[in-house]
Order: sequence, then structure tokens, then C-alpha cells
Amino acid sequence: MILNRRHLLLGATVTLAGCDRLAGSERFREALFSAENFHKWAQRTLMTRDAMAREFRPDQISPRFRANGTANPNTPEYKAIWRTGFADWRLRVDGRVARPLSLSLAHLHALPHREQITRHDCVEGWSAIGKWRGVPLRPILEAARLNDRARYLVFHCADDMGGGSAYYESIDMVDAFHPQTILAYALNDRPLSVANGAPLRLRVERQLGYKQAKYLMRIEAVDSLSAIGGGKGGFWEDHAGYDWYAGI
Amino acid sequence: MDSPPDSVGTIVRRHRLSTRLWHWLNALLLYVLFTSGLGIFNAHPRLYWGQYGANFDPSWLELDRFPGWITLPGTYSLALSRHWHLAAAPIFAFALLFYMLWSLANRHIGRDLAFRREELTPRHVWHDIKDHARLRFPTGAAALRYNVLQKASYVGVIFVALPLIILTGLTMSPGMNAAWPWLVDLFGGRQSARSIHFITAFALVAFFLVHILMVVLAGPLNEIRSMITGRYRVPEDRP
Repeated sequence: MILNRRHLLLGATVTLAGCDRLAGSERFREALFSAENFHKWAQRTLMTRDAMAREFRPDQISPRFRANGTANPNTPEYKAIWRTGFADWRLRVDGRVARPLSLSLAHLHALPHREQITRHDCVEGWSAIGKWRGVPLRPILEAARLNDRARYLVFHCADDMGGGSAYYESIDMVDAFHPQTILAYALNDRPLSVANGAPLRLRVERQLGYKQAKYLMRIEAVDSLSAIGGGKGGFWEDHAGYDWYAGI
Repeated sequence: MDSPPDSVGTIVRRHRLSTRLWHWLNALLLYVLFTSGLGIFNAHPRLYWGQYGANFDPSWLELDRFPGWITLPGTYSLALSRHWHLAAAPIFAFALLFYMLWSLANRHIGRDLAFRREELTPRHVWHDIKDHARLRFPTGAAALRYNVLQKASYVGVIFVALPLIILTGLTMSPGMNAAWPWLVDLFGGRQSARSIHFITAFALVAFFLVHILMVVLAGPLNEIRSMITGRYRVPEDRP
């Protein structure tokens, strides 16, 4: 039995090509993608509803917090609100709520806030630790009086991802009412920079980086995600096939 | 190894059904996990120690992207690599757990894998190392028992490397960090866990290469047949 590198290479390529062909079949793809449901079920069974993400000491903060995704939305609308120091910016809270809200940055600053030093985990594999300050989402949802039929919150963002589709993400009520889920306006004791999502970004600490929507414009309460964007609950879920449940 | 150690040339039942099923399931799953894992690694081919690590932080290893012939899928797709990896991982982890429990119950661990006291004397271990280096493999009835080096590598893989790669994998999940915070402490941070996961993957590759080499040297047809059908021909004594 003589195996040389070329045979091994050929073998690996043939087997992997077989795997790739399998992944091309719609039914197999569905089976492969359904692992997400298992992980979501298993993780939520293993943790209590309010199980906390690790919070770190100030000396564990990353010297430089890497910004990822859109570095600057650069749309005329965003430039206009940026020029006034976000004085004209409003966060809308609407959809399946009894009392739609329109909140200014000054209003958010005046609300009780939470500070948390947490780790941001990118789906690519890197991590950065930063200190976030922001308003817990829970009292805002309570003020808006969420409808019983609301099952998800959709976060609409200011950054245009090309082709006219703006970034968006969504979470369910388990994460929406989690004590560490905040709308952050400061990172490491400074107002949020444009690269990190000024004026406001979401922090959902038990999930990966692509859930942490930046440049928030509107929070919409919905009973289903199917009518939003491509129907998968987020920009990367629609366009790249990422899992909607990003606790994995 | 239920049959009594028979004489040279006869066919004996070598491997249990549980061992054979688990072996081939692992061969398939580890292949998928390794190749899709390299695909995931390609998204950020740098490794760090500690709690955090990103582009501005010092890395202990920085590689070029692994080529398409060894990644799954063959063309870069982080989402698809993750789907493959995260679908195979739970099957792999639960299969290991069941195999451990099953092997404890049917005494495979106690009878075949556990070290006997006399095996662990330096003289015995050294003797086995010399035999391996000279490619003098056990013959006759002795071939039906694992020698001390075989035991060490199987015990190392089943009870150290595989649990380690599963636990470090879980440590990378932010959801699992909230569920089991002790994971982060056990490995000294998410980025340390990621590094250990990567190192363990290549330790398993090293095991695989030695494993294949040993099968080839010990008589591949007899060895492979024994892992498929369970039937093994007792090797003849050296003249």
C-alpha cells in the first residue's frame, strides 16, 4: 500500500467535494442548519433565564476595542444627524406596542443606566473586552407596553449594507428582558464612537458580535420575523446563512 | 476479546460492536470536524492566550489561510463551516459519552484499557518502546492484548484529548459561558480555550497519522477487517 501526498490530497479533495455536493442538496442543508435549534434548546435548558454573561475587572479590558462591520454608515441621513452631535436623532420604539416611543439621546442619558465590563465575541473567533454603559431594555419595553403577541424585537440600523438593505438584527423576549441586555451609549467611559455604533447600539451579552446591532434607529416589536428583510431575522442570517441563535 | 486467546492462525473475535460502530462514526465525524474547523479558523487565523484577543493584541501563532483542499466547504464560507462543525459536534460529544458509559458497563475499560501494575514499571515501558522502535509487534496470543503504549495512546485520546477538545469547544460559546461559567475559569479564558482547541485538533491529527502507520505495519487487511467485522486472525510467531 503506497500512499503519497498526491493520493492523500486527491482523497481529501474527492471526499470534501462529496461533502460540498451534499451541502448543495436542499434537504441536507435543512438538516445541517437545524443543529441551531438543538443548540438553542440545549443552552437554554442548561442555563437559567437570567444566567449572566461573565463580567470582567477593569484591568482585563482590551487595550484597543476592535470595531468591526460598518466603520461609518456615511449615508446623507446619518451624516445629517452626526453633524448635530445626534441632537436630532430619535430612537423609535413601535410595532406591537400599546404606546410607541420616540426617545432622544438626552432622554436616554437621563434614564437609570447599567455598566458592564463584558467580552465581545466575534463569529470569526476573536474577542475584545470593553466597558459598556447604557439603558437596560426592560424599562423601555415596559414603558412602551409591549403587546402580548410580540415575540421578537427587530433592531433597525442606520448603516446601508448595499443594495438599499440596511443592517438589522432581532432577539426574542428571553434576551430582550435579560438584565444585561442594554442600549449602550458609552464604551470605556467615552461616548460611543462612530466606528463602534454611535449614537446607540445593542448589547446582548450571551450572543455573538453580529447580534450587537450598531447605529440603532428603531426597535420594532413583531410577532413573526418572516416579513422582515429576507425573513431570517437578521442581515447576516439573510445574506450569509449565519445562525439566528448566536449563543453558539 | 471475549474469545479465549486462540492459537496462531485462527480467527478470533477482536473488537466489540460498540467499539467498531464508534470507531467508524468517529472517523467520519472527526474528518468533518477537522476540515470544517480549519474553515472556521480561516476567518481569523490568529491565536491568543488569555481572556481576549483581536488584531491589535499579541498573538502566539499567526498562519496563512488553510487551502481549499483541506477545508469544508472547499471555498471559504464561515457560515457553512460553522453549520458543518456545529451539527457534527453534538453527535460526536454524545457518542463519546455513550461509548465511555457503555465501555465501563461491558468492562472494556477495566479489562482492556486499564493499566496493570506490572506494565507501568520503567523496565516494561522501556522494553515496549524498544520493541515498537524496532517494529517488533506482538504475535500470537500477545497480539490480542493492548500493550502499554497502545493503552497509553487510547486512554490519552479517549479520556484526555477528546474531552479536552469538546470542553474547549463549549468554552468558545458565549451562551455556554453564561450556562457554565466555570468553563472560562478552567481554561483561563475564551482565547486560551480556542488555542487549546486548535492544539488538541493537531494532536489528534498526529495520533491519526501514527495510528494509520501502525495499521499499515501490523498488516492492514487483518487490522481493517477486525475493525469492520470484528474478526481477527491471530498473527504468526516470528521465525
